[in-house]
Amino acid sequence: MPNLSVSLGKLKLANPLLVASGTFGYAGEYQDLVSLKKIGAIVTKTITLKAQKGNPPPRLCETYSGMLNAIGLENPGLQAFIDKKLSSLRKIGVPIIVSIAADTPAQFARIARRLSSIKSVAALELNISCPNLGKRGLIAQDPQATYRVVQAVKKATSLPVITKLSPNVTDISAIASAAQRAGSDILSLVNTFFGMAVDLPTRKPILGNTTGGLSGPAIKPQALWMLRQVFRATKLPIIGMGGIMNTRDALEFIVCGATAVAVGTANFVNPRVSVEIIAGIKDYLNKNKIKNIKQLVGSLKA
Amino acid sequence: MSKIVQGNFQILANKKVGVDYFKMEVGAPSVVKQARPGQFVHVRCRNSIEPLLRRPFSFHRLKRSSFEILYKVIGQGTNLLAKKRKGDKIDILGPLGNGFQLSSINYQLSTILVAGGMGVAPLLALAEAGVGKRSCPVLIGARTKREVLCAKDFKKLGAKVRIATDDGSLGYRGLVTDLLKKLLLSTKNCQLSTIYACGPKPMLQEITRLAKNFRIPAYGSLEENMACGVGACLGCAIKTKQGYKQVCKDGPVFNLQEIQC
Ligand SMILES: Cc1cc2nc3c(=O)[nH]c(=O)nc-3n(C[C@H](O)[C@H](O)[C@H](O)COP(=O)(O)OP(=O)(O)OC[C@H]3O[C@@H](n4cnc5c(N)ncnc54)[C@H](O)[C@@H]3O)c2cc1C
Ligand SMILES: Cc1cc2nc3c(=O)[nH]c(=O)nc-3n(C[C@H](O)[C@H](O)[C@H](O)COP(=O)(O)O)c2cc1C
Ligand code: FES
Repeated sequence: MPNLSVSLGKLKLANPLLVASGTFGYAGEYQDLVSLKKIGAIVTKTITLKAQKGNPPPRLCETYSGMLNAIGLENPGLQAFIDKKLSSLRKIGVPIIVSIAADTPAQFARIARRLSSIKSVAALELNISCPNLGKRGLIAQDPQATYRVVQAVKKATSLPVITKLSPNVTDISAIASAAQRAGSDILSLVNTFFGMAVDLPTRKPILGNTTGGLSGPAIKPQALWMLRQVFRATKLPIIGMGGIMNTRDALEFIVCGATAVAVGTANFVNPRVSVEIIAGIKDYLNKNKIKNIKQLVGSLKA
Repeated sequence: MSKIVQGNFQILANKKVGVDYFKMEVGAPSVVKQARPGQFVHVRCRNSIEPLLRRPFSFHRLKRSSFEILYKVIGQGTNLLAKKRKGDKIDILGPLGNGFQLSSINYQLSTILVAGGMGVAPLLALAEAGVGKRSCPVLIGARTKREVLCAKDFKKLGAKVRIATDDGSLGYRGLVTDLLKKLLLSTKNCQLSTIYACGPKPMLQEITRLAKNFRIPAYGSLEENMACGVGACLGCAIKTKQGYKQVCKDGPVFNLQEIQC
């Protein structure tokens, strides 16, 4: 039996397969369809301090080998999440990673502090793809803003902190390095790429929000390339994602330097994809007589 | 709530029933076991990267161990479906959504079904579940005669079918909602009726208006782009008086007075 367990710093997982934030709800939605306890870790939909109602419809549309979404972080808010969602998540018995977002470092820290007092939370993922208040662009596009958020959260919690990077940047290693300097324990990448779609008959944008985030197989080559750059620029363990549809895709991310991987859009197409990939990785290791998944991490011959 | 199933099931039939219309029957005992009219299945049209997402289709007919969908060929996904043959397997996720609340249908009162275009698809399942046992009015609207579907099926159930076409090639010339208005005006105690509808947005908006004026309840099956189909991605939101709701989980059947357009 090959060893599939991985350590991302202090965060230990039975296997390297996660489900990505926003693509698996709060897991209960999939309980009829997937053996949830087999998944390496579940990342929740991003939670904000106050409830958010989300963007006007249409919120998604299909594109060539991908999809655009502009959900607008619809979520019930921190307190309702703790009261209504966390107890059923806890019962699954796998590490629960709570994705959080806020406008300011102080607000990030406040959410982090509150979640640190709850035993069933295994780690926090910082969704920094949110507006950089007072400036143009996203926090994730600004090394200083990224540094400030990560630093504030690190001061507020002893939980492992995952910083989730946006691909909508000129130099992703600069942002990754800023997160590392500020004390981030783990990095995850990539979030979605900006994009839009047009309804030609009406000449209107298809999405109610005009712009959205591109995900799915269409972004895989770009995600792999960004992962490679971050792997070379930092020493932190990485959770790789972006267009992973099957075992082979997942292994390619691991070879390029991801210690763990997450599936997002693929869950919509095949709800069982995460457990199928876990079984597929096991098969691959067996066939190639690799005893430990760790031997594959970053093994790209380049 | 019904348990959701995913699996590869066998296609029992896939026949052309009109210009661009097909009817597919799928043998799927575990899917139909707990399914009810108004619910839908999320179909993977092909096991490959393109097209990426599943496609939602309402139950058109619920049988003991199989179901039918009635679909119009529109784009890549439905074109692929139309090419499937009897005996092929197809990846189905379902039953999904809330469906029509059959318990709230009072058979003593009159029920009116209103379909526009493809809207007949879920309404036949509803009629077969019992509503049509009484001779309820079924109003069908379409662009032309060639696009009028299922009139025979409803008649077989004993329903009083009335048809409206935009060009007058069959039945009344004009909108199906004009037929509805006439029906309501000529019905004694029409406030005891309930309307069940499925069709394009403008039709549903007009029905909402009429139902409000005549003070009768109206339920409609709605559509929105979908990814997961199970309430996880929050991508199929529509605006209601109580804020955004998900068509795939809170719907697709809504009380039309709750919808804000
Ligand atoms: C709850 C529900 C029930 C439905 N029931 C039926 C039915 O019984 N019969 C039938 O013919 N059609 C039905 N539809 C519409 C059907 O899903 C679309 O016609 C189909 O997805 C078109 O796919 P395509 O690849 O051929 O078209 P394309 O236009 O190429 O599809 C592109 C993308 O847009 C989406 N899309 C296009 N039209 C619609 C639509 N009207 N609603 C939602 N998504 C859409 C597709 O799923 C796909 O992701 C239903 C839709 C919903 C939401
Ligand atoms: C519908 C949808 C909703 C998402 N919501 C979130 C979110 O709330 N927070 C977040 O950090 N990422 C969110 N993402 C991004 C994914 O977690 C992931 O980073 C991205 O989709 C790339 O992976 P994929 O190609 O496997 O989907 C969302 C993606 C999709 C498709
Ligand atoms: S399609 Fe994902 S929530 Fe409805």
